[in-house]
Amino acid sequence: MALLPFSLPFAELEVGHHLYWQIGDLYLHGQVFLSSWILIGILLALVLAGTRNMQRDPLGLQNLLEFLWNFIRDIARDNIGEKYYRDWLPFIGTLFLFIFVSNWGGALIPWKIIELPEGELGAPTADINTTVAMALLVSLAYFYAGLSRKGLRFFELYVEPTPIMLPFKIIEEFTKPLSLSFRLFGNILADELAVGVLVYLVPLLVPLPVMLLGLFTSAIQALIFATLTAFYIGEGLHEAH
Amino acid sequence: MTWLLLAEAGVPEGGLFDLDATLPLMAVQVVLLTFLLNILFFRPVGKVVEDREGYISTSRADAKQKLAQVEQLEAELAEQLKGARQAAQAVIVEAEQEVDRLYREALSTAEAEANRSKDESRRAIEAERESARTQLQGQVDQLSVTIIDRLLAA
Repeated sequence: MALLPFSLPFAELEVGHHLYWQIGDLYLHGQVFLSSWILIGILLALVLAGTRNMQRDPLGLQNLLEFLWNFIRDIARDNIGEKYYRDWLPFIGTLFLFIFVSNWGGALIPWKIIELPEGELGAPTADINTTVAMALLVSLAYFYAGLSRKGLRFFELYVEPTPIMLPFKIIEEFTKPLSLSFRLFGNILADELAVGVLVYLVPLLVPLPVMLLGLFTSAIQALIFATLTAFYIGEGLHEAH
Repeated sequence: MTWLLLAEAGVPEGGLFDLDATLPLMAVQVVLLTFLLNILFFRPVGKVVEDREGYISTSRADAKQKLAQVEQLEAELAEQLKGARQAAQAVIVEAEQEVDRLYREALSTAEAEANRSKDESRRAIEAERESARTQLQGQVDQLSVTIIDRLLAA
């Protein structure tokens, strides 16, 4: 995106520029991986620090981790049911934690301090590749869940309650990952852009409410993604017949 | 920071919707992260939380059972206490009856004794009186004889 002739430090706006890495004929968005590695590192450090010395009476970080675990379990259990939620809890929880850490990390860590030759660091979830990757994993997950549990009878779901639903259900299989990925991608990118534009125009104080709103929507997006994942998997496993 | 620029010249144009090999690699990364977090986070923390839930429910059941035991013991003790009170009451009543009986017995023996001694005394008095009267009679007779003798002699 073209920049205005005068440009302030920390207040540039770049969209669609990527730091390309090449492996054979394939290209990767390097900045997405760099920021995701840093964020995954932070997440793992938090987890390792909190699980190192666990007690029956929780102390310090263990409280936070147990709160998160309970929160994720409630999401999984409410949508999947008592019987199968254990199998899917790690997947749903990982999606929630990764998206949450990505969204908040993208907003809270001052990435601009690290200067890249091309592109800029930011929330990994503001890149369409990340969100599509996760949305496709969700599709695979609920197909796997349904097929492994019910075999081909899983497809009876398509003609329930009436066969008229068949085309809509088939279309739904495509719109599910599409809406999942674009919702997350759009929200996070739009938030980054809104904050970026405001910072560019008024560098002090004015962007703060938008930043706070951004943190709120980021958390909500992580919750929505995880809840929908759990819901789709629950739907695939559901015993309605 | 140019070492980060791993791509050679002729890189793609870029853009917002630039899907490339980032996608599958990111998917692999997320799957790996899932396994990693499962081992490091979900399993250990879940174990701790569920162990605690188990501990709490068993403790609760234990406490409930103990409470039931305590209530049962309390009822038993109350029953025993009631029995003891009744026994004590019976003992008291018996003792009172005994005392009463002893008192009556003593009273009746004392009365009998008193009557006996009274009768005896009365009889003694009678006898005394009788003997005194006979004695007096004798004296009177003697006196009268003496008087007659004197009169006759005079």
